[in-house]
Amino acid sequence: MTTGRVLVVDDDPSLAEMLSIILQGEGLEVTVCAAGDLALRAFQETKPDIVLLDVMLPGIDGVEVCRQIRGESTVPIVMLTARTDTVDVVLGLESGADDYVTKPFKPQELVARVRARLRRGDESEAETLQLGDLTIDVPGHVVKRGDRAILLTPLEFDLLVALARKPWQVFSRETLLEQVWGYRHAGDTRLVNVHVQRLRSKVEKDPENPEIVLTVRGVGYKAGKA
Amino acid sequence: MIQTLWRRIERLAVRCAAAIARLWRRSLHFRVVLITVLLGTFVALGLGTYMYQRIGSGLTSRATSIAEQQALSQRDYAQSQFNNAPRTDIASLRAIGQQVAAPVTGTHPQEAGEQNDRVVIKRSPGNTFPSLGTFFTQPGDVQLIPQALQSAVEKDPTHAQLQIGTVRVGGKQEPAVIVGARIVIPNAGDYDFYLISPMTAESQMLGIVRTTFLLGGLALTLLLAGIAYLVTRMVVSPVRDAAHVSERLTAGALNERMQVSGEDDLARLATSFNAMADSLQRQIRQLEDLSQLQQRFTSDVSHELRTPLTTIRMAADMIHASREDFSAPVARSAELLSRELDRFETLLTDLLEISRFDAGAAAAGHELVDLRDVVARVVDGCESLAESQGVKLRLHSRQEAVAPMDARRIERIVRNLVTNAIEHAEHKPVDITVAANPSAVAVAVRDYGVGLRPGDAEQVFNRFWRADPARARTTGGTGLGLSISLEDARLHDGWLQAWGEPGNGACFRLTLPVRAGQPIVRSPVTLAPDDSSVGIAMPKGNSLTIGTRAAGASPAPEGSGGGR
Repeated sequence: MTTGRVLVVDDDPSLAEMLSIILQGEGLEVTVCAAGDLALRAFQETKPDIVLLDVMLPGIDGVEVCRQIRGESTVPIVMLTARTDTVDVVLGLESGADDYVTKPFKPQELVARVRARLRRGDESEAETLQLGDLTIDVPGHVVKRGDRAILLTPLEFDLLVALARKPWQVFSRETLLEQVWGYRHAGDTRLVNVHVQRLRSKVEKDPENPEIVLTVRGVGYKAGKA
Repeated sequence: MIQTLWRRIERLAVRCAAAIARLWRRSLHFRVVLITVLLGTFVALGLGTYMYQRIGSGLTSRATSIAEQQALSQRDYAQSQFNNAPRTDIASLRAIGQQVAAPVTGTHPQEAGEQNDRVVIKRSPGNTFPSLGTFFTQPGDVQLIPQALQSAVEKDPTHAQLQIGTVRVGGKQEPAVIVGARIVIPNAGDYDFYLISPMTAESQMLGIVRTTFLLGGLALTLLLAGIAYLVTRMVVSPVRDAAHVSERLTAGALNERMQVSGEDDLARLATSFNAMADSLQRQIRQLEDLSQLQQRFTSDVSHELRTPLTTIRMAADMIHASREDFSAPVARSAELLSRELDRFETLLTDLLEISRFDAGAAAAGHELVDLRDVVARVVDGCESLAESQGVKLRLHSRQEAVAPMDARRIERIVRNLVTNAIEHAEHKPVDITVAANPSAVAVAVRDYGVGLRPGDAEQVFNRFWRADPARARTTGGTGLGLSISLEDARLHDGWLQAWGEPGNGACFRLTLPVRAGQPIVRSPVTLAPDDSSVGIAMPKGNSLTIGTRAAGASPAPEGSGGGR
């Protein structure tokens, strides 16, 4: 069982405690923070492996907290949201969250998402992929263009690796959700769109004319030429 | 040839009449001007005729009295000529007669009316002397003397007798006064003296009067039309302005107002109109505020309810997971708790969805999707439920059925219809048909189960409606499923229709337009087994139509609304 540290940022004490019980039951170490303005400090102190972040928080809201954390770390962030409205979801994702869970969620669902985000570093064999002018060191989690390293979040890295491993294949959004995010059922394909945009903004020379991650209209995405 | 021409003229006339009738109905301006012109013409005509007649009779009586005097003086002259005759033999008398009757010489005949006067001297009927013959100024005039005048002279020889007749003057027919009197010629007996005095001058004058009156009347009528036009315009254009402004208001330009100038009635109209617009605007703003408030409320409720529900959910799952450690009643309670939480969650989701529709906050994405894929996905997902109920799902879809849709919403509708059908199929198969035509794609879900009682039909799509409240609920429908489906269908400009008969099952049909904004002509699949009256013409803009005989219809009861 993977052990890891989880930072839960939620202002509802009951929910925070319940989350702790569930996650501790999974063998994870949980820290709770009840306010948005304290979240960054708590993050810096505990150095968690994953952050569960409520959108509506006293102090500063979850979207802003997400932006702050993203400013200094590539740690996986999962948003807890009570709203399914497109604007809220997209806003959260664009601020840097990797995934989101809509309240009310089932404990298994949450645990599955957390596990999927913590699964990194499982592969130990040395594997180097070449995609365009990028070199991807899979176990080392490093992407380089020439000598310059590109900083990607684990999720963006996983997304890039998934595409680069099978450059001949076109991935539908649903397939990517399953492989990268670990969804077992149909999920929200907006997740894929938002993250592809973010990945492109980091790895493409010109995000308007992508060469690494190509869109296949009506189907999904594929890797550019090796 | 002539017939076709005639028909064409007839058609043209009908069209003109229709155009005028339309103008009459639609333009106050036209109506007022037309009425004014008609009344003006009527008055001018009446007044003109009256005055013309007065002038005519005045002229005639003047001409008559002049002619009478003239006749008397001429007769006296003739009488004196005969009386003073030096000889009274026939030849001399005849010469005098001719001289008397001879046209006035030396003067131009047209100079004066009297100079056109003509004389006829004729032997009286009772004269026994040898005839001198008839004397006349102009041949043929003898025939002009009316018989009635002759007998009047015979009856009363001492006075002048008058009559109006018609004579030819210079090739034209003219009215004339004919005066008759008697003279006595020595040695020749009684003779009748007639003076024919044409009223050339008078009729000329009347002609001028008539022309003047006609021109004057025409000018007056035109003037009236012009005045009516101007005056009506003064009234009508503010009214038209008001109409224009209210149209703009209707179109949503709530800041539109009328211009107020002066203090007259029109200004009052504008002022009260503006006041009305103000009040409307205020109320609409209030409603908008309320709607926003509701949307915010929805959102707040969503958050506030969902957070505790998440905690409860997780706690319940925890308890449920370790129910083996409890005594049987507690374990069963844990199961109930968990199941009812599921229902509570579904209900909350449905409620929030409905309130989002009510707030007008729902928006559908439109992507080209093949309806067959959506239906196949739903059928796959419902297979296990169908098996557990002993129901066989039969999917019929041969044609491609691509239409713009929000696949998530359409899938929700189809899933709702299919699960409803399974619940009410009573172990009989369920037929799911997908088809397309040039204007629409459709899916129909038909079961052969309990069906619907007549009268229940109108209510199938109502919120929380249950056909038979007494019937036990087998599945956890929220009672909102079909209402949400109906709203989803409306969001796509589609139709969601139901048909059902007790014992014969029910059919629900969803029809979507192939192109957004283009109305559905008819649905490609049938709704009722006897589809003669349903499905051909649908009420405009309505998603809810009920079947033929059963007037209603559809599956039954309870889970009708049960969306999952």
